[in-house]
Amino acid sequence: MGLGVPIIVPVSKPSKGAAGKTGLWRVERPVVNEDKCIKCWLCWLYCPEDVISEGDNGFPKIDYTFCKGCGVCADVCPTKAIQMVREEE
Amino acid sequence: MGPEGTWEIITGNHAAAIAAKLARVKVVPAYPITPQTTIVEYIASFIDSGQMEAEYIRVESEHSAMAAAIGASAAGVRAFTATASQGLLLMSEVLHWAAGSRLPIGMAVVNRAVGPPWNIHVDHQDAMSQRDTGWLQVYVSSNQEVLDTILMMYKVAENPDVLLPFMVCLDGFVLSHTYMPVNIPRQEDVAEFLPEYSPSHWKLDPNDPITFGNLALPDEYQEMRWSMDLSMRRALDLIEDVSEEFFQKFGRYHGGATWKYKVEDSDYVIVTAGTMASEAEVAVDELRDEGMRVGLLKVRSFRPFPHRDMAEVLQDRRGVVVIDRSIAFSSGGPLGIEIRSSLYNRSGSPPIANYVTGLGGRDVTYRDIVAMAKDGIGRIMSDRLRRPYYWFKLKPEYERIELSEEVRM
Repeated sequence: MGLGVPIIVPVSKPSKGAAGKTGLWRVERPVVNEDKCIKCWLCWLYCPEDVISEGDNGFPKIDYTFCKGCGVCADVCPTKAIQMVREEE
Repeated sequence: MGPEGTWEIITGNHAAAIAAKLARVKVVPAYPITPQTTIVEYIASFIDSGQMEAEYIRVESEHSAMAAAIGASAAGVRAFTATASQGLLLMSEVLHWAAGSRLPIGMAVVNRAVGPPWNIHVDHQDAMSQRDTGWLQVYVSSNQEVLDTILMMYKVAENPDVLLPFMVCLDGFVLSHTYMPVNIPRQEDVAEFLPEYSPSHWKLDPNDPITFGNLALPDEYQEMRWSMDLSMRRALDLIEDVSEEFFQKFGRYHGGATWKYKVEDSDYVIVTAGTMASEAEVAVDELRDEGMRVGLLKVRSFRPFPHRDMAEVLQDRRGVVVIDRSIAFSSGGPLGIEIRSSLYNRSGSPPIANYVTGLGGRDVTYRDIVAMAKDGIGRIMSDRLRRPYYWFKLKPEYERIELSEEVRM
């Protein structure tokens, strides 16, 4: 066997969306009601996918390309400012 | 050429520990289990007395032992551990992780029966049941072969075309606790033969972070499995090359993927592995004294499986007698199954009589092997080979049931 064997290793560099566009998995999307938000940033702290950041207007902004819609942010929000909304609606 | 090391009278387990020392392994995660325990005890004493420089990690289970070995190998150093039986089975999940991560970890597996019922004696079912984990597996028949094979297999496993972990399998008690003369090669000669491990495929480095074992979906997974399979087949050639190189340097040759004994003019060939193969050499001489042209093909490498050697040696013989020390329930002996697959699509493929025996340490002497060979040859010559496999050395009251017409295959 003189071809050389391609060793395909299951190794990847950390990168944004290493597992693909996981937003496609979502059934419900979190929507922020800025009237109720007190900017405590618990949603940012708890988000397991690191898709919440500070938007231009100073409120939490969700990256829907990668948000899987797990609902943890809505669950931890102390003022119920985040609602989970069915994707088709 | 020729052995320039020192001679010592030692056990198979002592030989395995000395091999790990000579290979300059850097990390040894250790968890005791009979009949392996003295391997990691010897290594502990080597480190304690300053004869060996390695990190010795006392882990809480075999699962953790292999996980620690993966971490060490991923960090770019040579890792070694040893286990047996239930311990190997507890490791099973992590065995797949080691192979899939392409880490050339070395392990001595002291073959022992699997429970229940508890039994500490030789049986190949522990390792053979792990045949699809992606580990290279070599079965040996002497304490010298234990030591030499561990050194050779690091060289095979670390080859940039292979990068898979390996286990060297030695029969519990028959080798692990039996004293034999062993030539211990000089450290400087081993260092020339087996340089430091320096991985180029990947390595954990805090300054260049990566993740490993991440998600690979249907678009990527299959090629990773193919790559492992291709590396395994490539290892088959390398086992031959490295065995030859070892012979040139140390003057000892135990065979490559197989070891052949008096096969050239044989009408019938016995195939087996481990210490049953050294008994089989004596059986071959006995059978030849009685005028039967019989030879022995010892399977050293079970993974990769040497299909080509099987075909070359066994094709056009009058018959083959395969002796297994493991049972694939309702299917046969693992060697018998594989050898049929080597020969089935070829013209001139001989009839195969497969025997399952010696389980849980039941003694298999050269006399038993003579008896199996005669039974198999008799069945082949008189057209009575009706079953895919036969049990040998059952107690008579059970053998009557086993051989009755009502028992179907």
